[in-house]
Amino acid sequence: MDSERSGRTEGTVARVASAVYAGAMSLLGIVFEPLQRLVGVRRMPWVFLLPNLLIFGLFILFPVFLNVYVSLTGGTELFPQDRPFVGAENYERLFTCDDFGDPNSCLEDRFWRSVRNTGVFVLFQVGGMVLVSLLTALVLNRNIRFRGFFRSVYFYPVLLSPVVVALIWKWILQRQGVLNGLLVNLGADPVAFLLDGRWAMTWVIVVSIWAHMGFYTLILLAGLQSIPAELYDAASIDGAGSYQSFRSVTLPLLMPTMMVVLILSLIRAVQTFDEVYVLTGGGPGTATMMIVQYIYQTGFATQVQRFGLAAAASVLLGLVLLVATLLQLRVGRGTEGHLA
Amino acid sequence: MSRLTAFLSRRRGRAGPDLTDWLTYAYLLVGVLVMFGPVLWLVLSSFKTQAGLVEFPPTLLPLSPVEVELEGYDEPLPLFEVRLEDGSTKRLAQVRRVGLEAQMVDPDDPGEIVRVPIADRTEVRALRLQVSNFTEPLRRFDFLTYLKNSVVVTVVATLITLVINSMAAFALSKYRFRGRNAVFLVILGTLMIPLSVVLVPVYLVITQIGWVNNLWGVIIPGAATPTGVFLLRQYMLTIPDELIDAARMDGASEWRIYWQVVLPLAAPAVAVLTIFSVMWRWNDFLWPLIVLTRSELFTLQVGLNAFQGELNVQWHYVLAMTVLTLLPITLVFSFLQRFITTGIASTGVKG
Repeated sequence: MDSERSGRTEGTVARVASAVYAGAMSLLGIVFEPLQRLVGVRRMPWVFLLPNLLIFGLFILFPVFLNVYVSLTGGTELFPQDRPFVGAENYERLFTCDDFGDPNSCLEDRFWRSVRNTGVFVLFQVGGMVLVSLLTALVLNRNIRFRGFFRSVYFYPVLLSPVVVALIWKWILQRQGVLNGLLVNLGADPVAFLLDGRWAMTWVIVVSIWAHMGFYTLILLAGLQSIPAELYDAASIDGAGSYQSFRSVTLPLLMPTMMVVLILSLIRAVQTFDEVYVLTGGGPGTATMMIVQYIYQTGFATQVQRFGLAAAASVLLGLVLLVATLLQLRVGRGTEGHLA
Repeated sequence: MSRLTAFLSRRRGRAGPDLTDWLTYAYLLVGVLVMFGPVLWLVLSSFKTQAGLVEFPPTLLPLSPVEVELEGYDEPLPLFEVRLEDGSTKRLAQVRRVGLEAQMVDPDDPGEIVRVPIADRTEVRALRLQVSNFTEPLRRFDFLTYLKNSVVVTVVATLITLVINSMAAFALSKYRFRGRNAVFLVILGTLMIPLSVVLVPVYLVITQIGWVNNLWGVIIPGAATPTGVFLLRQYMLTIPDELIDAARMDGASEWRIYWQVVLPLAAPAVAVLTIFSVMWRWNDFLWPLIVLTRSELFTLQVGLNAFQGELNVQWHYVLAMTVLTLLPITLVFSFLQRFITTGIASTGVKG
């Protein structure tokens, strides 16, 4: 009875949805059908491409070039026609450093601190996450009960917004938070996790792994499940133990997927901003300030908006991402279908 | 060591549970705790009173002191569990506290005052959900405005993305024309250009159009996603051209072929893109943060961040609003989880 009713409701919903769809599309057709008579069938593909290409051109392609130009201008005006051309001055400013190992000796010390923080973050976040994701994927790939449930458990935080993730952990990590409560119950002293530079960086990394590992676990799990079972049977007939079959079957066949995961997570980690910004605000001091935060603050969040400097820093960031993307394309050739 | 290696390897068909199985389930249970625990803690905390929130070390459940109203006293009195001199315990209400001594009365006999050392009494507390944490911010702050802005941005942006991306994908997969490969290559080439790399120039374009502090400024720039075009094109390539030729024979216009023949057949890919788009837009933070500076235009994420950044963080409201923010995504996920996880695993795309 109940299922019958819900089936009927579903049917109604589907009918209404398809009516709305047909109505909306016919409405748009009032524009597009006369166009076909105007330009002819042969040019219709361009008509179909037009809306996407317009937005794409205006907000992706054109800005890429504009960015390079803005990075070569100075002043605090927004519009390029009001900005004096200064050549490579912004880049020189970013690269004025007595000793590149010591951010304090640099003219833009905040930029180099953010570069160094991002480097540390990428190294440990990507490394830690690939390891944890691999271990989790291997566990989930075993013959376990409730696999669907456990897979969802690890995936759930991926869907949460960075702001929500940061607030959840800020609440846990604050001085009066539950983690310190547990520490005190165990007889230890409370720690100001977010007010100590090293602790803050550690937690920023842990929280980021927590939030994203589910996604990479899924990709690795798909990779594991695409390994044909016959290979394991063959290995065990040849007398391979479980460690041997892991080393000589699982690892080599999973390698392409591993590389994809490595590079995707690398590209993502280099651009980290939201979670860290809400969790620590880049602090204490500049201890967890990342490159994108530097760009955001230099261009948008200060009284003097130094767009040229922000653009120069983002051009450099773009170059780093370009290298990573080219790497991915080289690697991705062997694993098409996994990438987008 | 061999145990560990056995744990790392894949097994199928075996006798009863061995050590590696125990390790597997232990790992999974710890995983459940680590992944769900923080969210659960947030939800539990969001129901606590302000006094309960600053308590340290914190209690697991939202507990509040129990109070009783007694004849002869204007204010409700807090209840305490008291250990009496003869060793028995009794529930007494505290009238007032004087130094190290508390003056208490028996609720059944409110006339007589008992004096008790404060060390011998413990507060009686019971589970109470502070629902006003949720209702207050809805009344006093712009939470509903933020929610409305987020819904508008997510719905409108997703609709626009679906329509223009599928149109472009249709053109790139179902027509042969000069320049097709060039267009596709350019789109592919920008697949990995994130907004964070072009913040300044896109802001410039938005300012020129007059979209600063306008929801269109948030909606439009991300609408022409290369990812979406790529995803839909790859799927549409698998739709047989004969169907299109047949429709053309029947005199259907190109627009009709697009929406009545090709798009319905591409429904699985459209569904995956819908989920991605909703996720991207609902969770988007950096770009709305830059474009929107007037608080009545804030999306949920920006509003939530502004609220938690205030000098006097009102955690009881922040926590409740965080719970409300993660609720829609959680509900969608619990209904569509199998679909979402397989969809993402097969495409490998994420925002």
